[in-house]
Amino acid sequence: MQLREILEKYPKTEDYLIEILLDYQKTKVHHYLSEEELKEIANYLNVSESKVSSVMTFYTFFSMKPKGEYVIQICHDVPCYLNDQNSVQKTLTNLLNIEIGETTEDKMFTLEYTSCLGACDKAPAMRIGEKTFTSLTPNKVKAILAEYRGKKHA
Amino acid sequence: MVNVKINNRDVSVAPNTTILDAAKANGIDIPTLCYYPDLNINSDCRICSVEVEGARNLLTACSTPVKEGMVIRTNSSKVLNARRTITELILANHDTNCTACVKNMKCELQSLANQLGIDENRFPSVLKQQEVDDHNPSIYRNPNRCIKCGRCVDVCKDVEGTHVLETMYRGHDVEVTPKYGKYLTEEDCTFCGQCSSVCPVAAITEKDDSIRVLDALNNPNKHVIVQVAPSIRVSIGEEFGEATGGEWTGKLVTALRNLGFDRVFDTDFTADLTIIEEGHELLHRVKTGGTLPMMTSCCPGWINYAEQHYPDMLGHLSTCKSPQQMFGSIAKTYYAQTEKIAPEDLFVVSVMPCTAKKYEAAREEMQVNENIPDVDAVLTTRELGKMVRQMGINFQELEDGEFDNPFGITTGAAAIFGATGGVMEAALRTVYEVVNEKPLETLDFKDVRGMQGIKEAEVELGGAKVRVAVAHTLKHAKQLTDQIKAGESPYAFIEVMTCPGGCIGGGGQPYGTTNQKRQERINATYQLDSEMPIRKSHENPYITEIYSKFLKEPLGERSHRLLHTHYKPRVK
Repeated sequence: MQLREILEKYPKTEDYLIEILLDYQKTKVHHYLSEEELKEIANYLNVSESKVSSVMTFYTFFSMKPKGEYVIQICHDVPCYLNDQNSVQKTLTNLLNIEIGETTEDKMFTLEYTSCLGACDKAPAMRIGEKTFTSLTPNKVKAILAEYRGKKHA
Repeated sequence: MVNVKINNRDVSVAPNTTILDAAKANGIDIPTLCYYPDLNINSDCRICSVEVEGARNLLTACSTPVKEGMVIRTNSSKVLNARRTITELILANHDTNCTACVKNMKCELQSLANQLGIDENRFPSVLKQQEVDDHNPSIYRNPNRCIKCGRCVDVCKDVEGTHVLETMYRGHDVEVTPKYGKYLTEEDCTFCGQCSSVCPVAAITEKDDSIRVLDALNNPNKHVIVQVAPSIRVSIGEEFGEATGGEWTGKLVTALRNLGFDRVFDTDFTADLTIIEEGHELLHRVKTGGTLPMMTSCCPGWINYAEQHYPDMLGHLSTCKSPQQMFGSIAKTYYAQTEKIAPEDLFVVSVMPCTAKKYEAAREEMQVNENIPDVDAVLTTRELGKMVRQMGINFQELEDGEFDNPFGITTGAAAIFGATGGVMEAALRTVYEVVNEKPLETLDFKDVRGMQGIKEAEVELGGAKVRVAVAHTLKHAKQLTDQIKAGESPYAFIEVMTCPGGCIGGGGQPYGTTNQKRQERINATYQLDSEMPIRKSHENPYITEIYSKFLKEPLGERSHRLLHTHYKPRVK
């Protein structure tokens, strides 16, 4: 969807800034917004670009750098940590050959931490896009990754 | 009245008074850091925390209004421990190399640490070194010293309406920067320097030109002259601990002479010259159907703003250079010829209340010849104060001196350039008499004086009523400019000053400038005007002389080349 079309769904007031940013970022394969796009949003809402920049950098779910098609978020809170989140993380960094905060060379996966996903009873947990995976083990993680890679090549 | 107990003393104050003000009114100082008079109350530093009986946590005195029966302790152990911890945490994320800092001994954080008796920080430094932005001639921004108090953001966003600086990221990662961490030169920064004026530390300061000036003063091959802006004489004393509201012209002149300047001149002279040129430009526009309203062009912050935001309206700006630049070009031509000095051996320094003047002096349009700038170096009031202290000159002890001629005879009209509305009033005094060919009954145009954001007045010129307006701060200038854009401006002439109160409240003025101090400096300015023997620019005998000997006529060929300029759109 074009940015114009998204903008025109919303009234021209600052209150809708976050909704617009979320809505538009969702349409992007690599989950990021460029400076030019942010400028267009600022102009539409008649807010300063400084304000937009402030909001973009405040929330971790916004990005100005291209990410992988699939963003893998590993829970970084205590219950997951106590339930061997470490081996989940290690499996991911080994299989993808990237560290937390990095993106694979083929731009398919990005690895990030996230705060509690609300799945403490089934820790450790991670999320890919809007789907949450729980009770993870290294083997389960391998299978999930294989499935996502398969999706891409199917 | 509300009755409260502060440190076991019963006091009564007006309703809605904050704890901070209630304490202050009763002789109790509560330390502050992010708080600044005239700006938003953000309460983000927590230094003014006090204990209030019955409250779950410590409360911030700057933002908590008193309530009947409140029992407040401003100095309990709990309060002092909290303040110490907060200060230590701020220091752990701050470049604490205090001796190598321009704000050493003038830093609010340093004073606070001293006051709280911090001789050791329990927390190790977590400072991540970041790049310093010194890519422009005016402002030096060092993020390693920033304590994220938000004063600069408030002044940039709310007072000026420019909103270049903003808070980015969150929590421990917070940074105060232009958008996406860009340099000020990449942004619509006007270099007004109001941010540098309110910064409690040295995260934002003016770019230091004092070393360059000292080098010139010590160079035997250079003839070094200095010009002083109208607003410096009513503020410089504050650099040496004098109370606001005074006037220090005589001591200022002697201090500059003692620093070693070959001649000490007055920018007031070219302020008078500006009035002659700008007044005639206005009349020319009115007579020939030129672009109206005409807007003043003496303020370099405003010029930057107009070029950035109103690229298709630059025709409204007067083509007159500012008094600073007129002085430079007259010095490097007329004065150089008279004194038989080669322009390249002449070094022109100006003392300005302003950081944007440094940017203006560096503009490529502001040269008498290729590579010979009108003005070689610009010092702020603060930099001059520093130089005077460095040279061991005891300002208070100085005898009064007098400006050198030919650029030393000036008028009351020029003196008021430093206050918002002053340029307008000076122009009206001259334009009225030139057009109506009769003397003004009263010289005081009180409608255009004072701290109100937008002021207007009506004058009779040649039988017709003409409306004029005055704006200070860019937020207010924007209102008047948008009105022109919409085709709804009723005015013929508009004065714009970027800084609140005009130049007397400039970004380069002594630290601690507040609206109250601005008003006191304004009062001193009009007092000065009322005492001047000549109060109209066109009655300055040296102005008459420079036209007969050199410039020939206002708006003439020579004026056009030396005293006028052009503007360029700079939309990003």
